[in-house]
Amino acid sequence: MSTIVLLTLTGLGLAGLYFLIAAGLSLVFGLADVLNFAHGWFLTVGAYAAYWAIPRVGFAGGVLVAVLAGAATAALVELVMIRPLYQRTISQVLVTVGLSLAGVALFQALFSPDARTFPSPSWTEGVVTVLGARVPVKSLVLVVGAVVVLAALLAFLRWTRYGLIIRAGVENREMVTALGIDVRKAFTLVFAIGGAAAGLAGALSGIAFQSIAPSGGSSLLIFAFIVVVIGGMGSITGSAVAAVAVGLLQQFVNYYGSAGMGDLCAVALLAAVLLLRPQGIAGKVAS
Amino acid sequence: MSLLSVRDLVVTLSGLRILHGVSFEAAESGVTVLLGRNGAGKTTTLRAILGLAPATGSVELAGEPVLGTRTHALVRRGLGYVPEDRCVFAGLTVAENLRLAERGTPDYDLVFGLFPELRKRSAQRAGSLSGGQQQMLSLGRVLLNDNRLLLVDEPTKGLAPKVVTEVAEALERVAERVPVLLVEQNLAVVRRLGRAAVVLAAGRVAWRGDAKELLGDHDRTKSLLGVGSHS
Repeated sequence: MSTIVLLTLTGLGLAGLYFLIAAGLSLVFGLADVLNFAHGWFLTVGAYAAYWAIPRVGFAGGVLVAVLAGAATAALVELVMIRPLYQRTISQVLVTVGLSLAGVALFQALFSPDARTFPSPSWTEGVVTVLGARVPVKSLVLVVGAVVVLAALLAFLRWTRYGLIIRAGVENREMVTALGIDVRKAFTLVFAIGGAAAGLAGALSGIAFQSIAPSGGSSLLIFAFIVVVIGGMGSITGSAVAAVAVGLLQQFVNYYGSAGMGDLCAVALLAAVLLLRPQGIAGKVAS
Repeated sequence: MSLLSVRDLVVTLSGLRILHGVSFEAAESGVTVLLGRNGAGKTTTLRAILGLAPATGSVELAGEPVLGTRTHALVRRGLGYVPEDRCVFAGLTVAENLRLAERGTPDYDLVFGLFPELRKRSAQRAGSLSGGQQQMLSLGRVLLNDNRLLLVDEPTKGLAPKVVTEVAEALERVAERVPVLLVEQNLAVVRRLGRAAVVLAAGRVAWRGDAKELLGDHDRTKSLLGVGSHS
């Protein structure tokens, strides 16, 4: 029983990390039709920003710096590199793939390609007992971080004018424009929100893995893409459900099967969803 | 006097020329009807005026050139758009659809006066409304704001006859307040609302003049539109 509880909570922690990356990716694709392969780099920016800031301003301040760095980087990327390329899908893919590669190279040059020990506060390295299982605090931190971001995003989408614009834009961007709304401002905002969540994921991944590396964001991005497709492009709730499914599946299969089988099962789940429900759990039907 | 002046409008989409130099004017009051068979270029003309389709030529709104202006800015200058197939946001409620369209001081009294059903259904998701109710919502979104001209694309398409009458009545009342450039296939609606008419054929203006005169000439209507004026 305690093993099940442990696997469930660590699986939910992994799901939290996936959700934090996938949320922005999903909103950006749903609203702006941009498949952003540089999104993982925003996580790396957040991770290194936290790595730099935590010893200087403490844990909470460091996490805040990571969030702001992710948001600012994402907004800048949208304004400078993506905005001139709307309607040019292939160019967007090339630019964002190029940026993700160049971004990794930049951090390798600045901090060396080797992983660095993350300055986690000591309280995140302990364990707590939940229903007889000794659960790492870092997993619970990821769960709490993801739940807070999920609630904040849902409240933002539900209660604010820009949230309304984003929800409408995911359905029909052209019609939003035809109501007199400059949807490009919403694009920048969505990039910034996604970058903030990825920046937070960067800081929390440092705690979870106890180290950071320049390629950390890129290696997590593939699972975020799987979550986004399973959850449905543009759906935050769908991403949350899909992240839980993928996180738990990986954790249980890796424990009861052999190591690496969980990743394979996540890809198999993706294939099954694409075959049976191509729009994902809660996504819009492609038109 | 014309409110909207379109000159030599050319639209090419995916290498295919859709409009071949369309020129016409929309009056500053009443309803100007844009007619034509399927594929004549009516919807493309509205979309090009609004900047939703790439176009060359000239479009002037009250004497000011507007072609090349971004769509949202054009709408904010008073060009309201009711698209073909309604395009309501299905996942949003009626109230949210209306709230999204608000600019300045929205006139909910006008909208709910014309379409009281929208007030009753404000908490209902727009996707679960009937076709007629969706059309009312689509019109309501535009009527919340002050407009100089409304571009309305086939508002009665696919609606039951009773609802067609309701929509036509609403448009008639709307046209008393703001001029309308209307794309419409239903000749009964054209007869009821239309003052001036422009007929497109294969991306060109084939005829323009008084709507009643056009519909009074059965043979001309038949040759231009493929249907008799009694239909």
